[in-house]
Amino acid sequence: MSGAAAAERLIEVDGVEKVFSVRRKAGRLRRVKDEVRAVDGISFRVPRGEMVGYIGPNGAGKSTTIKMLTGILVPSGGRLRVAGIDPARERTRLARRIGVVFGQRTTLWWDLPLKDSYELVRRMYRVPDTAYRANLERCVELLDLAPLLDVPVRQLSLGQRMRGDIAAALLHDPEVLYLDEPTIGLDVISKAKVREFLLEVNAERGTTVLLTTHDLTDIEQLCRRVMVIDHGRLVYDGGLAGLRAAGDGERTLVVDLERELPPIEGVPGARTVKVEGPRQWLAFPAARSAAPLVAAVAERYPLVDLSVREPDIEDVIAKLYAGGDSGPDSPGGA
Amino acid sequence: MLYTAVAAGSFRRYATYRMATVAGVFTNTVFGFIVAYTYIALWDERPHLGGYDQAQAVTFVWTGQALLASVALLIGGVGELQERIRTGDIAVDLYRPADLQLWWLSADLGRAALQLLGRGVVPMAVGALFFPLALPADALTWACFLLSTTLAVVVSFALRYLVALACFWLLDGSGLAMISGLACMFFSGMVLPLRVFPGGFGELAQLLPWAAMLQVPADVLLGARTGGSLLRGLAFQAMWGVLLLAAGRLVQSAATRKVVVHGG
Repeated sequence: MSGAAAAERLIEVDGVEKVFSVRRKAGRLRRVKDEVRAVDGISFRVPRGEMVGYIGPNGAGKSTTIKMLTGILVPSGGRLRVAGIDPARERTRLARRIGVVFGQRTTLWWDLPLKDSYELVRRMYRVPDTAYRANLERCVELLDLAPLLDVPVRQLSLGQRMRGDIAAALLHDPEVLYLDEPTIGLDVISKAKVREFLLEVNAERGTTVLLTTHDLTDIEQLCRRVMVIDHGRLVYDGGLAGLRAAGDGERTLVVDLERELPPIEGVPGARTVKVEGPRQWLAFPAARSAAPLVAAVAERYPLVDLSVREPDIEDVIAKLYAGGDSGPDSPGGA
Repeated sequence: MLYTAVAAGSFRRYATYRMATVAGVFTNTVFGFIVAYTYIALWDERPHLGGYDQAQAVTFVWTGQALLASVALLIGGVGELQERIRTGDIAVDLYRPADLQLWWLSADLGRAALQLLGRGVVPMAVGALFFPLALPADALTWACFLLSTTLAVVVSFALRYLVALACFWLLDGSGLAMISGLACMFFSGMVLPLRVFPGGFGELAQLLPWAAMLQVPADVLLGARTGGSLLRGLAFQAMWGVLLLAAGRLVQSAATRKVVVHGG
C-alpha cells in the first residue's frame, strides 16, 4: 500500500510516453508504419487536494494522458502512479478510487430516470448506504438535481445532463476527479454552477482535481496551477500568474491625460502602443512592476486617471502553443 | 448484486419502448401467419418432413416468431455496444470497476426477458388460437424450454459480442453484423428446421452454434427432445455458451490492450 510520502503526491508521472503506430498508405499496396508520439516524456506531481488545469490545443496529448492515468491506455514508457497504484496493472482497483467526467460522453443510462443511474453507481462502487445517501443529498442540493431525479436522461438538457454526470462521478467519494472539458457546450449559468460546485467539492472534501478544458475561464476560476501540453510535451507547469510571464506576455498601462498630447516618450521599460485623444496605451513586460512606470508618467505628464490591464490569457497560451513547435523545455519546472 | 441490477435496468429500459413492442408483436404475428401457411402447404405435400408432423411444424413456426426478438435471431451484433466502440463512448465503460462482458451479458439477458414477455407471449398465444399447436401439457417441459431459451440467449449474446468487438479493429462493424445476422437466420432454423436438411449438410448445421439458438429450444418445446436427447441438447447449448464466452474474453482482453479509443 501507499506510504505517507505517496499520499502527499497523489499523482506521480515520471517520463511517461505513449507512442501509437499508425499505418499509412505509400503507393498502391505498400503500407508504412509511422510513429505518433502522442505523449512524449512528461513528468509531473500532483499533491493531494490540489486542483490543476491541464490545457493544450486539440491533439496535444491531454486525453491520452488522462487515459493513461485511469489505466485504459498502457504507457509505452515511463512510470505512473495514482494513489500508489499502477493504473494499467490494477485498473479495476484504481477505478473504485477515482471519478471521471467527460464533457462529451455520458455515463448515465439514456432511457432511464437519473436516479436509476445513481442506484447503479451505488452498487458498482459498493458505496455504503449512509455515505451514499449523504453524498447524493449533497449533490442534489448543490447541483439542483431534485427536479431531475425522475426524468429519463434522454430528456435532460446538456447542462442538466452534465450536472447529473458530475454527481454520478462523486457518489463514491473518489480521491481524484478527472474532468475532461466539463463545461463544453454549456451556457453561462450552467458553467458558473458547475464551477461553483467543483470549488465546494475541492474545498470540503479535499478531492484532487485534474481538469482539461479549452475554456480558460474554467482555469482562471478554479485552478491555481496550470500545466500546458503541446505536441506531447509539457511546455509549462506552474502558477497562473507565471503563465502570463512565460508567454512573453505584456501588461498594458492605460493613462488618461488632461488633454491630447504626442505619444509619451522616455519612460524606461515601456513603449507607447496606441494613442486615442487624451488616452494612451503603454506596453511593458508582465513580470515588471507598474509602480515606477506610473511614477515616471505622473512626474512628467498631467495624469488624470490610469488602469493596468493584465495580458489576455488566451493570447499568452496561443503564444505558448506557437512556441511549442521549436520545443523549449518546460520553463516553469515541477 | 451489480449485474442483476444491470439486467433489471435493461429490462426496464426496453419496457419504455412500448410502441416498438406493439409494432414488434404485430410484425411477428403477421409473419407467423405467412410462414405457418407456407409450412402447412409444404407439410401437406411432404408429411413428416424432418420427422415433424404438421402440428409440430406449425408450432416450430410460432416458437421461432416468439423467440425472434428475445434471442435476437436476425441481429448479428450488439448495436449499442458497436456504436459505443465506434464513437469512443466505450472509454466510459472501461473506467468502471466492472467487467465489460458480464455487464453487457446482464444487460442482454434483461432485454431478452422483456422481449420474451413483450414480444414472445402474444404471437404464441395468437398462433395457439388459430392453429392446432403441439404444445406440452406438463410444467416440466415448459421449465426445460425456458432453461433452453435462456441458454439460447447466452449463446446468441456470446456470438454477437464477438461480432461487436470486431469494431475495435474495423471502422464500421455493420457489414459483419449483417453477414452474421443472415447466417443466424438460416442456421438457427428460422427459415426451415435444420432437421429438414438432408445428409452431411443437415448434420453439420445441427452442430453449429446457431442450432443452439432456435433448433434446440424449439425441439424441447415440441417434445422432439426428451430424456437423454434433452440433456444432450442442453449440454450442447451450454458448451457453445462457455466456448463463445471464453473466446469473447480473449478477444476482449486483446481489444482493451490495443484500445485506441476513437474520437479522443
